[in-house]
Amino acid sequence: MSPLVSRFYRALRLGVIPAAGLLAGCAQVPEGADFSDPYEAKNRGVHETNVEIDRTLFGDGQRKGIVPTFPRPVAKGFINFASNLAAPGDVVNRVLQAKPKPAIETTLRFVINTTIGIGGLFDPATAMGIEKDETDFGETLAVWGSGEGDYIVLPILGPSTERDAVGIVVDLALDPLNTLLPSPESTYALGAAAASSAASRQVNADLVESILYESADGYAQARIIYLQNRRYELGEDVYTIDPYEDPYGR
Amino acid sequence: MAADRLSRRRALTIAAGGIALAATGLPAAALNVDEARALVGRLVGDINAVIASGKSEGAMIKDFERIFARYADVRYIAQSALGPAGRSAAKSDVAAYTAAFQGYIARKYGKRFREFIGGEIEVTDAHPLKSFFEVVSIARLKGQSPFDVRWHVFDKSGKDLFFNIIIEGVNMLATERTEIGAMLDQAKGSIPALTAALKKAG
Repeated sequence: MSPLVSRFYRALRLGVIPAAGLLAGCAQVPEGADFSDPYEAKNRGVHETNVEIDRTLFGDGQRKGIVPTFPRPVAKGFINFASNLAAPGDVVNRVLQAKPKPAIETTLRFVINTTIGIGGLFDPATAMGIEKDETDFGETLAVWGSGEGDYIVLPILGPSTERDAVGIVVDLALDPLNTLLPSPESTYALGAAAASSAASRQVNADLVESILYESADGYAQARIIYLQNRRYELGEDVYTIDPYEDPYGR
Repeated sequence: MAADRLSRRRALTIAAGGIALAATGLPAAALNVDEARALVGRLVGDINAVIASGKSEGAMIKDFERIFARYADVRYIAQSALGPAGRSAAKSDVAAYTAAFQGYIARKYGKRFREFIGGEIEVTDAHPLKSFFEVVSIARLKGQSPFDVRWHVFDKSGKDLFFNIIIEGVNMLATERTEIGAMLDQAKGSIPALTAALKKAG
């Protein structure tokens, strides 16, 4: 399977903020929003390339891209299918994180959606009240106490951190579907994840395009949004602005 | 949970006393958790009504700007986003910037209302945080997993108003500081040039 590409849409799954997960996009660092970006010059170069790829494939809101727009139900099907294929890897990571409850629930989801959900194209498990719970080895590393490391922008995959990039590599090796499936099937799984990523990009077009193409500095927007959302997902400290300690707001 | 019960009981007491909840715009004695929750409750009610109205996008953005102006401390948000540059600037420049910022935010976030059609926001909790209050809500949009929206409420101006929205950890004020900072750089540090750019942005 492809935790690799699945990360792509995973960061996007919420639809509202997540854009940053897709393609990465220096401005001033807001006070208190700490992060480490020593490779900024290099990261900006990768970001620019990613944005050009995005523009070619999906368009920028002005011009259309070369990928045709999937009808909504088809897009949902792609997303559900790839998410279901990622479930075994999610279970392995929840076990490594010593979190049995989500491990059991995701196993149950996988069984329900693979059978009743016709191979994972539909998501009846959510309708039954078993919500999606996605994770990855980056989160496992965080649970084990590893720090976030520096911010990096990966080619195609977009915003990441050193910890998350290590996680992506380990997920490839950890994923049962990746290791157990014979080669043609694992290639199909990669294709499914790519289709899912494209579908997520289209479903969240307004948001992604506002960050990449309408921001004064898309790179800085993608960085702050990715890092804040990722820290929230991992239950790490959420950056809070105290207006009574803000020297500028009046 | 305890806060839930507490606020419900208090709301009942207030209702029994025949006193309407403090209307926005009235000076609040000292903001407390119930008032913060009530403020966001009204705000979310107004937003839900706009979402359900089925108006055109342009009309919804106008409604959103009205809601933003009524419930948010626009002056604080705008000036905090501007940062140190606002200190040495002429008052009239900062006032013009603040007005342009209000329209920019309304257009930028109002455009996203399309995604909210058929959805709803529900307040679930409120608690003190640092020296202000955090009101927690859940947004349920069509075809998406529910997500967490937090409203930070204070009464620094003498009125109960929100000054920040945190969506799944993403801090509106922090992202706008970054964006306004980048725009100010592009405007070579000129606040009137930034104001002109803001009128076209969003």
